[in-house]
Amino acid sequence: MLSKIVRSVANQLIVFILIFGLYVIAHGHLTPGGGFQGGAVVVSGVVMLMVAFSSKELKKSLRERVLSIMESTGALVFIALAFAGIGTAFFYNLLVGTPIFGHIPPTGSNPGDFWTGGVVPLMNLAVGLKVIAGLSAVVLAMALFSSGEEVDE
Amino acid sequence: MRKIVGLILWLVLVAFLVWGTLQIHPFGDPPSDMDDYIIENAQEETGNNNVVGSVVFDYRGFDTLGEATILFTAVTGVLLLLRTLKRKEEDS
Repeated sequence: MLSKIVRSVANQLIVFILIFGLYVIAHGHLTPGGGFQGGAVVVSGVVMLMVAFSSKELKKSLRERVLSIMESTGALVFIALAFAGIGTAFFYNLLVGTPIFGHIPPTGSNPGDFWTGGVVPLMNLAVGLKVIAGLSAVVLAMALFSSGEEVDE
Repeated sequence: MRKIVGLILWLVLVAFLVWGTLQIHPFGDPPSDMDDYIIENAQEETGNNNVVGSVVFDYRGFDTLGEATILFTAVTGVLLLLRTLKRKEEDS
């Protein structure tokens, strides 16, 4: 556990890091980024908390079992979305043209419309969930192991 | 003897790398028309303004599935390994 100044700053900063990471994930079909990158941003916030407070403290709120369930859910949603278009092809984008995420933007530079992209935004969310849970679990397990703590289920 | 073998291997490697570098297509002249197709049609076909995202999750979705599998395997391996080491320490 670090000094009170570091802890206070980390406490305030984590909000903005989480918002930025979730923004990168949610706008993966409009702006540079996506599930992997935004998930890494969120996990960097988790690592900041882990440094500022102790990994023992963070273990109370981040249970390994919950993280495992989150990661498996992300993977299953991703594969399910890939299989959803199996009527045409594996990874076929079947939502383009439908009201759900189906608007088609004009070709070339445009301001962007959130309801575009077909299954890609949903896949970004699934992969983002997976990356957040997976990398958090890895970092937490390593930190707990190197500090000699028990890694819970 | 080991130095001579190492020198020969080094020369072979350097020759291979130089030969490979000379085979590269000239800058701005891609070997296929796939990228032009994606740049022109990705927004219309997938609705993504982020064309890179459309390639990652739509055109080359199978690669991303492999990438996700790698992450899953890495997480599983780390958790499994650290947990096993902990158990062994307790047993002894």
